[in-house]
Amino acid sequence: MNAPLRRLSMVVALLFSALLVSSTFIQFVQAKSLQERPENRRTLLANYARERGQILVGGTPVAKSVASDDELKWLRTYPKGELYAHLTGYYSFTYGAGGGIEGAENALLSGSSDKLFYRRVSDILTGKDQTGASLELTINAKAQAAAEKALGDQRGAVVALDPSTGEVLALVSHPSYDPSVLSSHDTDAVVKAWKDLNADPTRPMVDRAIAGNLYPPGSTFKIVTSAAALESGKFTEESQIPGPATLDLPQTSDPLPNDDRQPCGPDNKVTLKRALEISCNTAFGWLGMELGADDFRSQAAKFGIGDRLTIPMTVTPSSVPAELNEPQLAQSAIGQYDVRVTPLQVAMISAAVANRGIVMKPHLVKKVTSSDLEVLDEPPPEQLSQAVTPDTASALTRMMQGVVEDGTGTAAQIDGVDVAGKTGTAQHEIGKPPHAWFTGFAPAVDSKVAVAVVVEDGGNAGNEAAGGRVAAPIAKAVMQAVLGK
Amino acid sequence: MTTVSSFAPRTRRNVELALLLLAVGIVVLAYVNVGLSVAGEFPPGLITHGTGLLVISLAFHLLLRWKASYADPLLLPIVTLLNGLGLVMIHRLDIAEGRDISEGLALRQLTWSALAVAIAAVVLWFLRDHRTLRRYTFTAAVVGFGLLVLPLLPGIGRTVNGSRIWIGLGPFTFQPGEIAKIVLAIFFAGYLVQTRDALSLAGRKVLGFTFPRGRDLGPILVAWILSLLVLVFEKDLGSSLLLFGLFVAMLYVATERVSWIAIGLALFCGGAYLAFLLFSHVQARVNLWLDPFASGQSDQVAKGLMGMAAGGLLGTGLGRGRPDLTYFAESDFIIPSFGEEIGLIGLFALLMLYVLLVERGLRTALGVRDGFGKLLAGGLAFSVALQCFVVVGGVTRVIPLTGLTMPFLSYGGSSLLANWSLVALLLRISDQARRPITEIPIGPSPAGEAKTEVVAVR
Repeated sequence: MNAPLRRLSMVVALLFSALLVSSTFIQFVQAKSLQERPENRRTLLANYARERGQILVGGTPVAKSVASDDELKWLRTYPKGELYAHLTGYYSFTYGAGGGIEGAENALLSGSSDKLFYRRVSDILTGKDQTGASLELTINAKAQAAAEKALGDQRGAVVALDPSTGEVLALVSHPSYDPSVLSSHDTDAVVKAWKDLNADPTRPMVDRAIAGNLYPPGSTFKIVTSAAALESGKFTEESQIPGPATLDLPQTSDPLPNDDRQPCGPDNKVTLKRALEISCNTAFGWLGMELGADDFRSQAAKFGIGDRLTIPMTVTPSSVPAELNEPQLAQSAIGQYDVRVTPLQVAMISAAVANRGIVMKPHLVKKVTSSDLEVLDEPPPEQLSQAVTPDTASALTRMMQGVVEDGTGTAAQIDGVDVAGKTGTAQHEIGKPPHAWFTGFAPAVDSKVAVAVVVEDGGNAGNEAAGGRVAAPIAKAVMQAVLGK
Repeated sequence: MTTVSSFAPRTRRNVELALLLLAVGIVVLAYVNVGLSVAGEFPPGLITHGTGLLVISLAFHLLLRWKASYADPLLLPIVTLLNGLGLVMIHRLDIAEGRDISEGLALRQLTWSALAVAIAAVVLWFLRDHRTLRRYTFTAAVVGFGLLVLPLLPGIGRTVNGSRIWIGLGPFTFQPGEIAKIVLAIFFAGYLVQTRDALSLAGRKVLGFTFPRGRDLGPILVAWILSLLVLVFEKDLGSSLLLFGLFVAMLYVATERVSWIAIGLALFCGGAYLAFLLFSHVQARVNLWLDPFASGQSDQVAKGLMGMAAGGLLGTGLGRGRPDLTYFAESDFIIPSFGEEIGLIGLFALLMLYVLLVERGLRTALGVRDGFGKLLAGGLAFSVALQCFVVVGGVTRVIPLTGLTMPFLSYGGSSLLANWSLVALLLRISDQARRPITEIPIGPSPAGEAKTEVVAVR
C-alpha cells in the first residue's frame, strides 16, 4: 500500500500548490485592482485611519481633516464649504471622494499614490504616523470671493486664469453646495443630503465651469473667427467687410439678422475691428463663410477646443461640429448652431490672446507638500499650443480693447487699467432668456488675469439680458480683485 | 518494505520539546503583537494565558514521553502552533467586534482547546494500540452514520446559516459531522483492509484500466449516495465533498487501482452536476464562485478577497487590518483574516504548517506495518489535506465555497475536539510506526505482517 500512499502525497502537494497559486494571485497579482474596487470599504477605512492631506488656498486650508473619536478616526471639514465646493469636491465615507480635487487627487491626498512611495517607506522606518500629501491650489482667494459675490444667486460660472502660466485664479460655479454635509459621519444624514442634492433640478453638484452641460459661446466666439480671419492673411483689423442688416444664407430661406436689425455701418460695410466692437452678426457670418469650415475649425482647435484636459479634474472637451454646411458655418462663426464650450475654454481663448497667442495648460495645483511642508512636487507651467502669431494676438488685443472702450463691453471698464474683452448673448432654447457671456483680460499689455463669465438664462435680468450688462460687471469685479484696484 | 534496524531509533522527544517551546513562543509573540497594535499595551492576561498554553502543551508532551515515546515529534508542535494562532486571531476579532474578554469567542475557544487536548490525552492513554480499533469496524459504521444523521432528528437538530449540521443540547451546540469524519475513517480502514483483495483483484480490463465487477461497486455507490444525502438533506456541501473524497482516497490506497479514482471522479462529477441542476443553494454557490462581485448575491467571497488583497505581500500586521469586515471572519473565513494581517508570506507559512502536518501523517502511514494502520493514518492525514483544500480553495476561488472549518485555526468546539482526537490517533499510530519492532507487545508477528506487505507491493 506504500506506492499509492506516495502518490497520495503527490496529490496533497498538488492540492496545496493550487492554494499557494490562488492566494498569490489574490494577494499579489490582483491585490491592487481588488483594493481599487469601489465597494472596497477597507480601502476607505484605511484612508480614514490616516490623516488626509489638506487642500490649501493661499496657505489657508479649505479642506482639512480633524481628529474624530468615532470609528472613523478623521472627519473631513470644509471651512468655506460653499465658496470652494467645486474646487475641493467632497470626501464621503458613503459615496467616496469626488467632485473636485478630492476625487481627482485622491491618491495624493490619501497618501496611497505611488509618488509618495519613498516617503511612506521612510515614515514606516522612522515610525512616523503616515499622512497624505497636502495640495496648495493656484486660486487667488480674493478673486474667488469677488467672483462668488458678483455672481450672487444667479446660476452660472466664473473662471479666471493667469494668462502667462495657466494657473486657475478663480473657479466658481453656481448654485453650490456644502461638501461638509457629505463628509459627516452621520450616515443617514449623508444619504439624505446626497439624494436631495442629486434630485435638485438646479444641479448644484455639477461644476458648470468645466463639466456642466456645455454652453453655446455666443458672440464671445467672434474672437476665434477674428483670429482665423487675421491668421489667414486676407484680412487686417482695418479690412472693410460686409455688415448688412440681414445676411442672406445659401441653402435656406432664413437669413442671419443683426440683433437690432440695423446695418453695422454706412453702405452695409464695416471694419473688422468695429464689427467686433459692436458684435456685428452679419459681418462675422459672412467672414465665417468666406474663410471656410476648415480654417475656422482648425483655428478653434488651436485654442484648445476638442482637447481633453485635466486640471486635475477632468474638463469636458468643448466642440465645434465636424460637418458644417454654409449656413451652419455662418451660425457657428457667431458662436451659435452646435458650437459648445466650457467657461474654462472661453477663458483660455482670452488668455491666449493676452499671452501673445500662446495657450498655457490650465492647472489648479501649485504645490504638493508633505505634512511637514516639504515640497514634493511643483508642476511647472506647460504650453499647450500656439493659437495665433504674436502679431495677430496684438491685433486681437486692440480689437478687444475697443469692445470695452467703445463697444458692447463698456461695463467692464476699470479706472486706470486698459481692459480687453468681448461680450456674448447666446440663444440656447426658444422661449428661454439667452445666456449672458463676457470674456476678457486686463491689463491689455502684460496682462495678469483672463476671465470668462457665463450667467445662465440671463440671470436676474432675464429676457433683457445681454452679456455687456449682466456678465461684464462680474468679470470686472474679478479682474479688479486680482489687480488690486 | 521491512526495515531491519540494528540501532535503537531515537525518540526525538527533546526535538519535540524544543519545537513546542518555539511554537508557544511564537503564539505569545503574536498575542503581544495584537495587544500592542490594538490597545498600545501588553495584553493584561499575558502571563496567565501564556503560562496556561505552556502548561497544557507541556502536559501533553509529558504524556507523549510516557505513553507514546516514539510518536512523531513534529505533530504536537505544529498543532499547538496552529491552535494558538487561531486563538490569537479569534481574540483579535473579539476586540474588533467589541466583545468583552469574558464573553468573547476566544475564551470559549480556549476552553474547548483545553477540553480537546484532554480528550486527545484520554485517547492516547487508553488506546495502547491502534489495531484495537479494527475490532470496532462495524460499530464505527453505525456510530458514524448515526452521527451524520443526528442533525436531521427533530428536537435536537439545528439549522445554522442554511445548513442543518448542528445539534443543540441546551446552550451547547455541536457539529457531529466533524467527529463522524474520524469514526467513518476508522470504519473505511477496517472495512477496506478486509475486502481489499476482492476489490483490487477481480474485474475486467477496459481501455487499459481494470474495472471492478458490478457487485464490488456496492461500497463506493453506498458512500456516494450517503454523501449526496448529506448534501441534499443537510445542505452541507463541504462535508459531503470531504467524506466522498476521503472514501475514494482510502479505496485507492487499499486497492492500488486507479480505476477506483476514475469511477469516483465520474460519480462525483455526475452527482455535482445533478445537485447543481436540482438545488438552488448549490447554484448560488457556483454563481458566487464564478463572479463573486456580481450584484444581487451574497458578497461574502468578495469581502474575503478584498481582505486578502488589503494584506498584500507582507500583511497589515496583526491587529492592524480590518478582518472583522468579512462575514464568519473567525470560522469559515479565518484564512482571509490571516491573509490580511500576516500577508501572503504569513499565509504561505501557515499552509506549509498544514503541508508538514499532512506529510508527517502520510509518512506515518508509510512507516506503520499493518494495513489497517496504513489506511487509517493515510485516510486521516488526507482528510486534513482535503479539508484545508476545500476551505482555502473556497475562499480563494479555486473551487466553490463550501462551509467547512479550517482545522485547528477556525472557531468551533466540535472542530477542535475532532481534530485533536485525529492528531491523537496519528500520534498513536506514529508511535507504533517508529517503535523498534521487538518492542511491539501485541498483535500479529512482524514477520507475518511483512510477508503480506511484500505480496501487496509486488
